[in-house]
Amino acid sequence: MKQVVCGILVLLFCGFSMSVAAASGSTWEMEKMKPDLNDTASLQRGLGLYANFCIGCHSLQYQRYERTAADLGDIPHDLMLEQVIFTDQPIGDYMTTSMSEEDAKRWFGAAPPDLTMVTRVRSPKWVYNFLKTFYVDESRPFGVNNKVFPNVGMPHVLLPLQGISEEVCYGYTAVDILNRRGSINAAIQEGKQDEVDQKEGRIENCPEVRTIPGSGLYSVEEFDQAAFDLANFLHYVSDPSRQQRQRMGVWVIGFLLVLLVFAFFLNREYWKEIHRDDSD
Amino acid sequence: MSESTDRQGFLSKCRTWIDTRFPWTDTLERHATKYYAPRNFNFWYVFGALAAFVLILQLATGLWLTMTYEPTGEGAFRSVEYTMREVEFGWLIRYLHSTGASAFFVVVYIHMFRGFAYGSYRAPRELIWLIGMGIYLVLMAEGFFGYLLPWGNMSYWGAQVIVSLVGAIPFFGPDLMEWVRGDFVMSGITLNRFFALHVFALPGALVVLVFVHIIALHHVGSNNPDGIEIKAKKDEKGVPLDGIPFHPYYTVHDFFAIVVFLILFCAVVFFAPEMFGYFIEKPNFEIANPLKTPEHIAPVWYYTPFYAMLRAATFPLFTVDAKFWGLVVMAGAILIPAALPWLDKSPVRSIRYKGRISKLMLGLFVISFVVLGYLGTIPPSPFATLLAQIGTIIYFAYFLLMPWYTSVEKTKPEPDRVTG
Repeated sequence: MKQVVCGILVLLFCGFSMSVAAASGSTWEMEKMKPDLNDTASLQRGLGLYANFCIGCHSLQYQRYERTAADLGDIPHDLMLEQVIFTDQPIGDYMTTSMSEEDAKRWFGAAPPDLTMVTRVRSPKWVYNFLKTFYVDESRPFGVNNKVFPNVGMPHVLLPLQGISEEVCYGYTAVDILNRRGSINAAIQEGKQDEVDQKEGRIENCPEVRTIPGSGLYSVEEFDQAAFDLANFLHYVSDPSRQQRQRMGVWVIGFLLVLLVFAFFLNREYWKEIHRDDSD
Repeated sequence: MSESTDRQGFLSKCRTWIDTRFPWTDTLERHATKYYAPRNFNFWYVFGALAAFVLILQLATGLWLTMTYEPTGEGAFRSVEYTMREVEFGWLIRYLHSTGASAFFVVVYIHMFRGFAYGSYRAPRELIWLIGMGIYLVLMAEGFFGYLLPWGNMSYWGAQVIVSLVGAIPFFGPDLMEWVRGDFVMSGITLNRFFALHVFALPGALVVLVFVHIIALHHVGSNNPDGIEIKAKKDEKGVPLDGIPFHPYYTVHDFFAIVVFLILFCAVVFFAPEMFGYFIEKPNFEIANPLKTPEHIAPVWYYTPFYAMLRAATFPLFTVDAKFWGLVVMAGAILIPAALPWLDKSPVRSIRYKGRISKLMLGLFVISFVVLGYLGTIPPSPFATLLAQIGTIIYFAYFLLMPWYTSVEKTKPEPDRVTG
């Protein structure tokens, strides 16, 4: 019995560690980003950036302005109305976009998605890296492409802040790529998707995005901070009760641990009689 | 006369009043204070009580969720977010319910494993086992219907995949599929009927089956880790020598277990309610979109062993599509434990006294189940499919070879009285 149990535990452990390794898929190596919900200043800056650069297209349709103001350090309502809400919406309204879906479809081909839970569908790290990796690509309709979300149908909205970024490529020449194309096509035909991914990854040897200094309002560090603030803010919006939940969790588990002590001794007290019979 | 005897006098009068009208004391004695359970229950025996506890938790939290949930294609997703954000402690109720679903399967799988190991399905407990299998099937259906309700993209596509399995049945399949969905595609109509089944029909069936499960258990009496009948040896009053009253001994015992369970459970609810995508999958935070298939569709973890077996069937047979055979394998895998009482020919019940082959097979069975569970969560690849096929064979071998290996192996003698 014990051997069976040990075997199961070892396997469960292996299973979980394997699945963690298999979770990442993109070829672009993303920078680390750890959101910090205690950094109210960052969340407020994120809200400001969102109101100025994002909400024109991307709604946060499940989140209300009032709740946001209350959660991000009790922002006064008049300040909120003046600095964040640029429509004539009341403070208690949802954070919707004023762009109509029809217009959106005409301008972009598809309505920009609601971002209330983007960090739960992707991750805060994904958003952070996405915002940082737009680069010039004349072949795209908006003149830019993205490393984390290739061929994204979105202009580089933060360009005035970040400035112009270009990808930095090494190694393979156009001829190299053309030469390789044959073996990739063969792999595609054989249905070996793993091999295709691997080979295409090797060809796209442009592992950096570099911003042209002085082309934007922000320095590289300042823009990193702005991207962090936005991702951090969206992390808050995705589950606004997260902090309340975690604070409460500490108390709940603390209570249960105390209860555990009582339950343990209660159980032992009763079972004394049974164990006494055993020694008779 | 003192105040306390006064009150006792009043209470006993009340009890007499009730007892002449309803078998209150009689029921309490039959099911608690004079229900004699074996004294040697171990760790594995707390999971029945835990399952009952989780059932109550699910019924209670589910009731509250229903109060703000809107079962329509347009409103479902929004109403869930409304509950999460704008209902006082709505997030807590929702996470308790979503984590509770997974917890239910954790405790039920361990509860069933206990039955496998100690031969709890053997005569005269076949009916308890079969009723338990009924509970398990209803629970799987309940989980499946419930997973559609948030109307997230994985809800939608997961249900789409499972419902389309029905379409693999020869001749009637496509019509049957339409009948199940109530529409030509997964739609608000489907959502509405799943909602009705999830909050009314299946919980009702579940409660009735659990009640019958317990009544049958208390009639026959519990098995124990030694797999011997404690009723075989009784004292002069007819009380089993190795039996102790369920209340208070096992109520305090189970109370302790429930607190331990709650600590682990709350750690998930409060600190990792998505359980890294295993309890709530990432694409489910996006609204259902018939035009956008998630990159990789996987059912929730508690179905993945069977999903892996479904995908392991890769070749057509007798001119019928492989998908249909996958369905047959999956249904077979879910139902086959019901045959255990008649497959096990061993002279002893418990794994403690069974032979080496039984121990080996049980170990392999558990390993195959866990590996299949993992394989069901990852995208298919040739190696994974091969592994799933081997796992499927081992899974079925545990059951189908049982009549042979339990009758040829050398067993140890069972003790007269329970040990430890």
